[in-house]
Amino acid sequence: MTPLTNYLLLSAFLFCIGLAGALSRRSAIMVLIGIEIMLNAANLNFIVFWRFGPVPTALTGVMFTIFSIAVAAAEAAVGLSIILAVYRRTRTTDLDSTEATRS
Amino acid sequence: MTPPSTWIVRNLWLIPVLPLIAAGCIALLTQKRRAIAASLAIGSMFVSLLLAMCAFSHVLILRAHGAPDLQVFNFHWLQFGTQWLSLGWMLDPLTALMLLMVTFVGLLIFIFSVGYMSHDENFTRFFCFLALFAGAMLGVIIANNLLLLFMCWEVVGLTSYLLIGFWFTNPKAAAAAKKAFIVTRIGDLGFLLGMVWLYAQSGTLLFYDNGRGALEPTSIATTLAHHTIFGLTAATVISLLIFCGAAGKSGQVPLHVWLPDAMEGPTPVSALIHAATMVAAGVFLVARMYPLMSAQISSLATPSLALEVVTWIGAITALFGAFIAVAQFDIKRILAYSTISQLGYMMMGLGAGGVAVGMFHLLTHAFFKALLFLGAGSVIHGCSGEQDIRFMGGLRKRMPVTFATYTAGMLALCGFPLLFSGFWSKDEILFSAHSWSVSHVPFYFGAFAALLTAFYMMRQMFYVFAGSHRAAPHSHEAHEEDASSPSLHHPPASPHESPWVMLVPLVLLAAFAMLLGFLGTPAWPWLQSFLDSEPTTFSFAGFSTPGLMAVMLSSSAIVIAGLTLGWWIYGRKTIGDATTSDPLDHAQPSIFSTLAHAFYVDALYDTTFVRAANVFAEISAWFDRWVWNGIVQAVSYLVIGFGYFDSFLDTYLVNTAFDEGCKGVSRSARILARLQSGRVQLYLRAIAVACIALIVLLLWRAVR
Repeated sequence: MTPLTNYLLLSAFLFCIGLAGALSRRSAIMVLIGIEIMLNAANLNFIVFWRFGPVPTALTGVMFTIFSIAVAAAEAAVGLSIILAVYRRTRTTDLDSTEATRS
Repeated sequence: MTPPSTWIVRNLWLIPVLPLIAAGCIALLTQKRRAIAASLAIGSMFVSLLLAMCAFSHVLILRAHGAPDLQVFNFHWLQFGTQWLSLGWMLDPLTALMLLMVTFVGLLIFIFSVGYMSHDENFTRFFCFLALFAGAMLGVIIANNLLLLFMCWEVVGLTSYLLIGFWFTNPKAAAAAKKAFIVTRIGDLGFLLGMVWLYAQSGTLLFYDNGRGALEPTSIATTLAHHTIFGLTAATVISLLIFCGAAGKSGQVPLHVWLPDAMEGPTPVSALIHAATMVAAGVFLVARMYPLMSAQISSLATPSLALEVVTWIGAITALFGAFIAVAQFDIKRILAYSTISQLGYMMMGLGAGGVAVGMFHLLTHAFFKALLFLGAGSVIHGCSGEQDIRFMGGLRKRMPVTFATYTAGMLALCGFPLLFSGFWSKDEILFSAHSWSVSHVPFYFGAFAALLTAFYMMRQMFYVFAGSHRAAPHSHEAHEEDASSPSLHHPPASPHESPWVMLVPLVLLAAFAMLLGFLGTPAWPWLQSFLDSEPTTFSFAGFSTPGLMAVMLSSSAIVIAGLTLGWWIYGRKTIGDATTSDPLDHAQPSIFSTLAHAFYVDALYDTTFVRAANVFAEISAWFDRWVWNGIVQAVSYLVIGFGYFDSFLDTYLVNTAFDEGCKGVSRSARILARLQSGRVQLYLRAIAVACIALIVLLLWRAVR
């Protein structure tokens, strides 16, 4: 059986990829994708810790992950609609040029 | 026994207020409303007279019931600090008598004025002032508060000013009005000081207030106990200060100079204000303040110092006025100096004899002097405005009623024995002066003044009524001046008797001038006992008072001697020509000229007080221009300098500091604003870096 460490490394790797994408991409959509990847890395951690945890029969990890995915979906929907609204207004999704959060 | 209703006491204020309202209404009328103006004034005066009669009978009823005959009505006026200033009015025998006298004489003079002023275009204004005067004078009489009295007193002074200057287009009248106002103000200054002091001493200005008033024993005891400079008691000093006001108003030496000049006013004014009532206000004031004036430390038996001063001033004034009256040619000026002299008598009577003695002469004098002035007014009216007795003469046949009444007034003034009121009142003054414990000199002054009075009145009578008419229109400068105006080109009308509206008051006054004396004869001293609150008895034993008969006989002899002397000098041969000099002038030119110039008192005042005042004014002006103005300028420059200094500070210190502060704030704000770039990824990056740093920190701590 694959040891815990490998899963954790995978999840850290995924997280880093997501973070890098979120930080370095200019397009808002790509930033959103990066955030989704980081979320999935977290979900992976939940599953792994539940699977390797002391009471694997209780479905706590799965429940958390399902919640998290639902929240992430809602978040993605909100994020995409914000991006759409910004795009309608500025005709671009380039984060550097919108400065939408500046008061 | 229940005391009678006090309606009249509570509503005593109506007596002065009615003429005041009349004055206010007349002031709103146009000049053409003569009938309304006159009837308003006379009507209000008549109602006041009726009310005064009510008041008088009220006092009589009180007396009959044996109740205390002094009633007051006080009320709060205004509050300062914790104290209330109270005003009020009072009804006592003195007030009742004065009210009756003033309203009655005033009413007669108002009626007389209708005739006298009939040709004047400012008829309504005249009646407005007269009514105002009457209201103020009645206010003086009823006041139960020195302050209220003082206020009315000043209004009286104001109306006196207005009425003396009634013909203000005449510069002499305007100057006389100013003089009267200023001279009486000098006296009033003393009055005001006395009033303030009295307030400081007794804490109240009410005369009578159920034992707390300023004229009641408790308060007088406090003022007596307080000693001031020269060992005088406060009561004495206050009395003397208040007497200053009385002396100014009543024309006592040395403040008498305004009264002769006041004759520039219309004759009814001279009669009402400057003979019968206003000038008597000073005497009345002394009578009102008598408890204070006569206050004396109980261990001493002599009269109080204040009363001594009053007596001496009165005696000097009596003699002084009588002397000057001898050498005057203006019919009204003679009467004016005579008034001064008689006022001196009243003061002397007050000082030496008491309230009753002075007030008796005040009453009789009010009637006969009003009569004399109105008679003089009738003469002047009949002679078309001529006032110089040298240009009269022979009026006995042309103005018989005036002559008869004038003779009555003249005999009353001289004090002709038995029938005439002046005899009884003057005799009482002389008797009290004779029995005065301090000195006999006032008695001799008074007796000599009586001789002079008889003499100058006889002189006047012969000049005015005897012989033939001497009107010489073109030899007299006044007529020469008038001749330039076209209306007076016709020859002066020969003297004629005055209309009935002027004669009726004369006859009434003449009757009173004769009969009033019987109210106060030694056999039946009703008036004296009325004022002193004692029962009256009728007995001829009053004549047997030691010394009284002697004084009476000698004063009768003096009067007859004066009259004879007057006849001997002026009556033996008729005065033929207006240009003939006076026999006295012929005999003693220097003395006569001194008297004619009133002992040069006016000239003396001109060279001393008036000049001193002018010099002082010059000095003040110089001071004002150079010293005070310099200080003011310096202060202003100082202030301007401060302004510049402040503006410098403002510009370079405050402004700069503020600007720098603002700049600092905006600079730091700009730096901080750079942090909030709006780039989401920058924020995210910051969060990531922070997270990593946190993890590193935690790891590092865990490792350690």
